Amino acid sequence: MTDLTKLTIAQLRDGYKAKEFTSVEATQAYVDAIDAHNAAFNAYIAVTPDIALKQAAAADAKIASDNAGKLEGIPVGIKDLYSTRGVHTQACSHILDGFKPRYEATVTQNMFDDGAVMLGKLNMDEFAMGSSNETSYYGAVTNPWKREGERTDNGTALVPGGSSGGSAAAVAAHLCAGATASDTGGSIRQPAAFTGTVGMKPTYGRCSRFGMVAFASSLDQAGPISRDVRDAAIMLGSMASADPRDTTCADLPVPDYEAAIGKSIKGMRVGIPSEYRLDGMPDEIEQLWEQGKAMLRDAGAEIVDISLPHTKYALPAYYIVAPAEASSNLARYDGVKYGLRVDGKNIEEMYENTRAAGFGEEVKRRILIGTYVLSAGFYDAYYTRAQKVRTLIKRDFELCFDAGVDCILTPATPSAAFAIGDKEMAADPVKMYLNDVFTVTVNMAGLPGIAVPAGLDNQGLPLGLQLIGRPFEEETLFQAGSVIEAAAGHFLPEKWW
Amino acid sequence: MSVDTATVKRVAKLSRIAITDERAESMQSELNTILGFVEQLQEVDVEGVEPMTSVVDMVMRKRRDEISDGNKAEDVTANAPMSEDNFFMVPKVVE
Amino acid sequence: MTGLVDTRTPNPKNFFPGDDHDWELVIGLEVHAQVTSNAKLFSGASTEFGNEQNANVSLVDAAMPGMLPVINEACVRQAVKTGLGLNAQINNRSVFDRKNYFYPDLPQGYQISQLYHPIVGEGVVTIQVGPDKQGQFESVEIGIERLHLEQDAGKSMHDQHPTMSFVDLNRSGVALMEIVSKPDIRSIDEAKAYITKLRSILRYLGTCDGNMDQGSMRADVNVSVRKPGGEFGTRCEIKNVNSIRFMGQAIDYEARRQIDILEEGGTIDQETRLFDPNKGETRSMRSKEEAHDYRYFPDPDLLPLEFDDAYVDQIRAELPELPDAKRIRFMDEGLSEYDASILVSDKSIADFFEKVVEGRDAKVSANWVINDLLGALNKAGKSLEESPVSATQLGGIINLIKDGTISGKIAKDLFEIVWNEGGDPAKIVDERGMAQVTDTGAIEAAVDEIIAANPDKVQQAIEKPNMIGWFVGQVMKATGGKANPQAVNELLRKKING
Ligand SMILES: [Mg+2]
Ligand SMILES: [Zn+2]
Repeated sequence: MTDLTKLTIAQLRDGYKAKEFTSVEATQAYVDAIDAHNAAFNAYIAVTPDIALKQAAAADAKIASDNAGKLEGIPVGIKDLYSTRGVHTQACSHILDGFKPRYEATVTQNMFDDGAVMLGKLNMDEFAMGSSNETSYYGAVTNPWKREGERTDNGTALVPGGSSGGSAAAVAAHLCAGATASDTGGSIRQPAAFTGTVGMKPTYGRCSRFGMVAFASSLDQAGPISRDVRDAAIMLGSMASADPRDTTCADLPVPDYEAAIGKSIKGMRVGIPSEYRLDGMPDEIEQLWEQGKAMLRDAGAEIVDISLPHTKYALPAYYIVAPAEASSNLARYDGVKYGLRVDGKNIEEMYENTRAAGFGEEVKRRILIGTYVLSAGFYDAYYTRAQKVRTLIKRDFELCFDAGVDCILTPATPSAAFAIGDKEMAADPVKMYLNDVFTVTVNMAGLPGIAVPAGLDNQGLPLGLQLIGRPFEEETLFQAGSVIEAAAGHFLPEKWW
Repeated sequence: MSVDTATVKRVAKLSRIAITDERAESMQSELNTILGFVEQLQEVDVEGVEPMTSVVDMVMRKRRDEISDGNKAEDVTANAPMSEDNFFMVPKVVE
Repeated sequence: MTGLVDTRTPNPKNFFPGDDHDWELVIGLEVHAQVTSNAKLFSGASTEFGNEQNANVSLVDAAMPGMLPVINEACVRQAVKTGLGLNAQINNRSVFDRKNYFYPDLPQGYQISQLYHPIVGEGVVTIQVGPDKQGQFESVEIGIERLHLEQDAGKSMHDQHPTMSFVDLNRSGVALMEIVSKPDIRSIDEAKAYITKLRSILRYLGTCDGNMDQGSMRADVNVSVRKPGGEFGTRCEIKNVNSIRFMGQAIDYEARRQIDILEEGGTIDQETRLFDPNKGETRSMRSKEEAHDYRYFPDPDLLPLEFDDAYVDQIRAELPELPDAKRIRFMDEGLSEYDASILVSDKSIADFFEKVVEGRDAKVSANWVINDLLGALNKAGKSLEESPVSATQLGGIINLIKDGTISGKIAKDLFEIVWNEGGDPAKIVDERGMAQVTDTGAIEAAVDEIIAANPDKVQQAIEKPNMIGWFVGQVMKATGGKANPQAVNELLRKKING
């Protein structure tokens, strides 16, 4: 039998249907792979083989009775941000020590309803705050990709990006067929770009946030990381839904995203925003962008230059809005209802000790910034202004879309993956934040964005391109994304583990 | 704008995060790096611009006035660090 | 917040005497009124009072990670209805903000409230202060600054354990309307009249049950003092006063405290204070004050609350008759302002009265409801809901007077029988032979007998016609009170004066 962990979701699905193998077999293959290799990556922080095999057996029964759901029998990994009933859910924070929810997130419930098999919970930056997966309480995740000539156990370990670093690494290392992720400023697309995988951040409101541990409510959005564009379409089709329990979740039917794969893009107008050409951007990123344009043009798209003049302000505005919301969202972690409690001589000290011990340094930094920008006398200068800038950023995009642009092509990240413990990034929080410079605009405007692997840099590390679409037109992105994928090919890390 | 260590401590207090004097010092420079970075927003002309209240264009869905939840005191307190008889317990609060 | 405007002319009757000059009280009230609804403001958990700890709690109310608020449509409707009842501006677009602070009974670490864009804007409540010795009422308009929707907090209990407090989240997330008055109130009586009137309006509307003892209505009382008509002084806020009587005591204590400080040359610190009903004092709550920075910002989990005029118009069309309109109608129907005011003061009284007065004389019905029924209830410490005499029964008693079956005096006895034993008044009168004697023959016999036995009194009565009353009394006594007083009167006049 072929190694079942090599197959995409679509291939597994088709194989199940053709009775070539069963979900139990595929699931067992993944359970074994995780057992053997997770230590090399630290991608899973909780493994649930018992649940997985039980779900797989149930899936096989459904498949046998021709009753298969969209993800029937597909072994997936779940980012630790999602509440999973009775299973480790801590957003990789110590403050949620021991937390096992008695409820299920809408996104994971949708997937389980469609037959998905849960292999375990995936590592992430603490509360999704980070771009390297180094802020996790459970330690850093190692990217399956290493630089050319360093592809051994001892070769420089690189970050997988963040915050969905565990999701990206697990997908790239074939420790799951696909993974849930989440994206507040780039947390799906940046790690996807760093690991040669596909990351789809849908429109804000496309997936329910119910049961997703909140970071920044107005920006957080669920989405998949997968091996290829088709798998991303299949996964999103299952994850997305309307949800009466999330007021900000759109009341729209979920289209058949997979149907968009391979559709011609003839006549599609693709915008190229001049503002995404940064000073000091590596040549290879510039080249990659050019190649992307050519791939789309060759497939019949019309390439047009556009301007998104407020692009440069997206990241600074983000670093006001996101921490402000986070400072409030994370106030519930107070040692009273769940998670960690560190005693003090009165309740105030209990709060302070609990939160000092429970939150990591990056989370504390953001809570403090968020508290500061909302505090008396600063609210208007920071928060209100940032929200006004956000209106302008969104307007930039609207003007382009109104002018007939169907989607926008940009680089996904300003660089390839960097080393774990990078000194410059560690010393300067803003350096780390700049990782999201191309992705964060999309969150600020609530738009869908997809990162598709498009090439390798001169050290042999994957690079991605990003496509940005109109609200609720994810299909356009799958359509154009699959064109890039078809032209650029697939990128697999050379196995060193 | 930038913060001094007293402000860092005040903000830490507001955030209910214990912070040592030493950490307040290092935190001060970290926060100032970030505040320096966001300072560029001051150059944007936001005259007459409405602050964003919701990124999606939709009408708020409402629930009906029906009792559809509750009677799960056990679930509610299941993860509590300290509880008794389905009460949460906290160090005594003095008003 | 709009700038403070003084709408009132100082009235010496409200002044507190001072060393050099009088002092005038300035009061503003923030009333928290629990919205009458089945479920909470943002969750499907019950609002029922008195359930087991944490039984009325959903995972949303307990602020479990990833839980999100979804607004209860009925609470929005109730707020709009209340706004209309307060003659207030209804805002078609409002926004929910988070008020951030740490407290164990606040599981989210923030309260969802409305600061910048409340659902209801400025309005007005007219209060009747009085009556004075002449039975006159003073009509005073108290401005409403705003009404907003917000979540209630849970409850901490401090006496179950030596070192721990117990937290119950049953109230957490229950919908409250915070109704903020302008600083238009100038005396304790006005403050009492205002909160009484507000409660009455809310009960008429059915938007809050007004049960202060269950905490469904609480007031934060802002008190300051000043030279009459002068600049507003620095105010102190007395938190969570939960009875009208306590409110009076708290204001009185607080006014005197502030006057004492000012007369000794001191200044008032703007602060939050707590009223201790056992000591009758207010005391500072500095602990809560020190980190006073709520960092309000729009709740990103909720979209703006928007509705169109048609929605408001539909609610307006469903409004019941409110106390002011009812009082005026009652007065048009012949009642005194005093009677009308008492009858409309509470919706249940007004409803009861309207049942009694149906097809009967307004004044007579009002007297029976106010003097007899309410008097008896008051004496028995019962509420109208617990009244042993129903509106139908009271109406039956009045009918029996009207058609001459019983006298007013017998009616009082009948009322007492119905109060104690229940039953149909007409049947009771029948069974117990309480109907008045209209048989002139029998009355005449009694009259003749009395006249014959008292020749001297007859003489006096001829000179002083008022003496006739004594004869009436004697006849009534002789007939066991059942003689028709009118007939007795007529016969006596005829026989004595020839
Ligand atoms: Mg107040
Ligand atoms: Zn309030």
